[in-house]
Amino acid sequence: MLYINNLNVELENEKKKILNGVNLDINAGEVHAIMGPNGSGKSTLSYVLSGKDGYRVTEGSATFEGREILELSPDERASLGLFLAFQYPVEIPGVGNMTFLRTALNSQRKSRGVEELSAAEFLKIVREKAKNLKIDAEMLKRPVNVGFSGGEKKRNEILQMAMLEPKMCILDETDSGLDVDAMKLVAEGVNALRSKDRSFLVITHYQRLLDHIVPDVVHIMADGKIIKSGGADLALEVENNGYSDLLAEYN
Amino acid sequence: MSNTDTYEREGVDQDTVEAVRTVGQKYKYGFSTDIEMEYAPKGVNADIVKLISKKNDEPSWMTDWRLSALKRWEKLVEPNWAMVNYPEIDFQDIHYYAKPKSMEKKPKSLAEVDPKLLETYEKLGIPLKEQIILAGVEVGVDGTQEQRKVAVDAVFDSVSVGTTFKTELKAAGVIFCSISEAIREYPDLVKKYLGSVVPQSDNYYATLNAAVFTDGSFVYVPPGVRCPMELSTYFRINAENTGQFERTLIIADKGSYVSYLEGCTAPQRDTNQLHAAVVELVIEEDAEIKYSTVQNWYPGDENGKGGIYNFVTKRADCRGDRAKVMWTQVETGSAVTWKYPSCILRGNESQGEFYSIAITNNHQQADTGTKMVHLGQNTKSRIVSKGISAGFAQNTYRGLVSMHPKAKKSRNFTQCDSLLIGDKCGAHTIPYIECKNNSSRIEHEATTSKVDDDQLFYCHQRGIGEEEAVALIVNGFCKDVLQALPMEFAMEAQALVAISLEGSVG
Repeated sequence: MLYINNLNVELENEKKKILNGVNLDINAGEVHAIMGPNGSGKSTLSYVLSGKDGYRVTEGSATFEGREILELSPDERASLGLFLAFQYPVEIPGVGNMTFLRTALNSQRKSRGVEELSAAEFLKIVREKAKNLKIDAEMLKRPVNVGFSGGEKKRNEILQMAMLEPKMCILDETDSGLDVDAMKLVAEGVNALRSKDRSFLVITHYQRLLDHIVPDVVHIMADGKIIKSGGADLALEVENNGYSDLLAEYN
Repeated sequence: MSNTDTYEREGVDQDTVEAVRTVGQKYKYGFSTDIEMEYAPKGVNADIVKLISKKNDEPSWMTDWRLSALKRWEKLVEPNWAMVNYPEIDFQDIHYYAKPKSMEKKPKSLAEVDPKLLETYEKLGIPLKEQIILAGVEVGVDGTQEQRKVAVDAVFDSVSVGTTFKTELKAAGVIFCSISEAIREYPDLVKKYLGSVVPQSDNYYATLNAAVFTDGSFVYVPPGVRCPMELSTYFRINAENTGQFERTLIIADKGSYVSYLEGCTAPQRDTNQLHAAVVELVIEEDAEIKYSTVQNWYPGDENGKGGIYNFVTKRADCRGDRAKVMWTQVETGSAVTWKYPSCILRGNESQGEFYSIAITNNHQQADTGTKMVHLGQNTKSRIVSKGISAGFAQNTYRGLVSMHPKAKKSRNFTQCDSLLIGDKCGAHTIPYIECKNNSSRIEHEATTSKVDDDQLFYCHQRGIGEEEAVALIVNGFCKDVLQALPMEFAMEAQALVAISLEGSVG
């Protein structure tokens, strides 16, 4: 699904290296988790993969379903099926949540050459999916993320993911700012989307999210590269001992 | 991107997107119709004024009124306080009268209208509504909804060509005709109201207009009548180097209601064209006028060459108690805009509202806003202004809120939001606030923001392309004002918002 090879990235405006040769292979249907201390480059990886401005790739490649994606524009990558659930979902005043969702969905369908959904079809699907995430009709009408609580914003991200049905989902610290109940709801939403054709990359600080979204592989990232990979129990190890042992081992 | 055929027109946002896509040229309405014109010699003087008056077959009191305005104008100097820069205008180097030759004999019916004129309207993209209506066919928005009607008084350069729906309006007692016709047919009404809101001597441009206005619209709604349809005028500047001096007078008598739509497009020209219109609204006791404008005149090219100079005086006088007026404007065109639709809240409990979207791109300059003059007790006003600036454009909101001593317990709420796209444009907010009593309340809120890279990235990450994303964000920013427009106008306005900002990002 997604193959990252020796990815080196620096900031565009200052010569500061953030990623130092990341290698990561995610096969279809797999759930990978990336953990790591602050400033290790986790969020940067998600931004570079989705095509945000401000970063320069100096070396390496990322192929998604056999296609080199680093040269593509963000909306092209999105249409190929790459989705990023934002750590801080952005507010767009005046634009209804539903309008935004429908514009996004139909843009992607159009670029894939699939017929667009009519208002009625769209409404039916969005209502059903929103219900599973306990998103009410009122929240669908409000402007995108404006005045949403932390939990509402994250649930809204998962709703977008459910609507857009991407092949590769990157979740950037989706658990941050969530209470236990909200986190469970989000995790359920993610689990409902797990399938043999869909892969996940879950970026988190804490093991507790991984109790609910059980990963196939856990990677520890530090200093802009992956220093250790293992099974789900690697996350527990971090939870119990912190990163210091792993970092010491790496150094 | 191939299946545009299957594209359904379901919502306004889709329309916006479609509009961006289908516009092939930078300025869609940049053509001129090949109709023989009749010009008056360049320049303005008593002879020209008399000529215009004579061409319109005016009575002598009107000629005298014009001449006194001219006398006054000759003593005035052009104001320079607005935040706009443009080369000095040589007012003697302008044609003050142009008229399609084929119009010398006025048509008795629409069938007699020059087919080229109708062709022009078709090119303007108004076939769906006004074309059909011009042809005398009634249309609804869709089959299920209540049928809506729009009456159009088309102004092609200076002479009104076709006024439709006259019979039905007449049955309701509403007078809707060109002002030149009103001067001949309803002299008492015109004498009573013309210049009573915007006096002859009001300001430089209005005074010039009083002397040389060629035509415009006239509406009178008698007491207690709710006008059975939206009234609409399409203004269009066509001849090169011809000043366009429209004069509109709308009177809503006691307890009446009328909604008026004004839409504007102009063909692409290299030399600057001057436009100085005057609009007067008279609102008597318990009456209401809604006046909506979508202005899309040629803004000049990317380098600031060409474009319309738009110096407009628009004012509403709420004469009676509980009179209401609502101005809604979407200003996307013109190289220079100088325009302050105002409300005189004279009657007790009268209300004035002003909703504005002003978009400037490339080298456009706009200095626009409103004046809310509270004279009566318990009067209320509301101002919502959205300024959008892109490219090298300068966008200024200038607004006066004035509470006079007798305007006790009056209220005003003002919200001014500016949105910047790029880092070479400017947004300015200049509120003037006066309060001369201690029981009134004035609120002013202002924000300035940029189209945020994070917002754009968020849209892109969800699969929304560059132009679509900007259109979405800007239309969201303007939502409060777009909602104040009549539905059919709101669609056009959303499309315009998108078109005006093409290529402003990236």
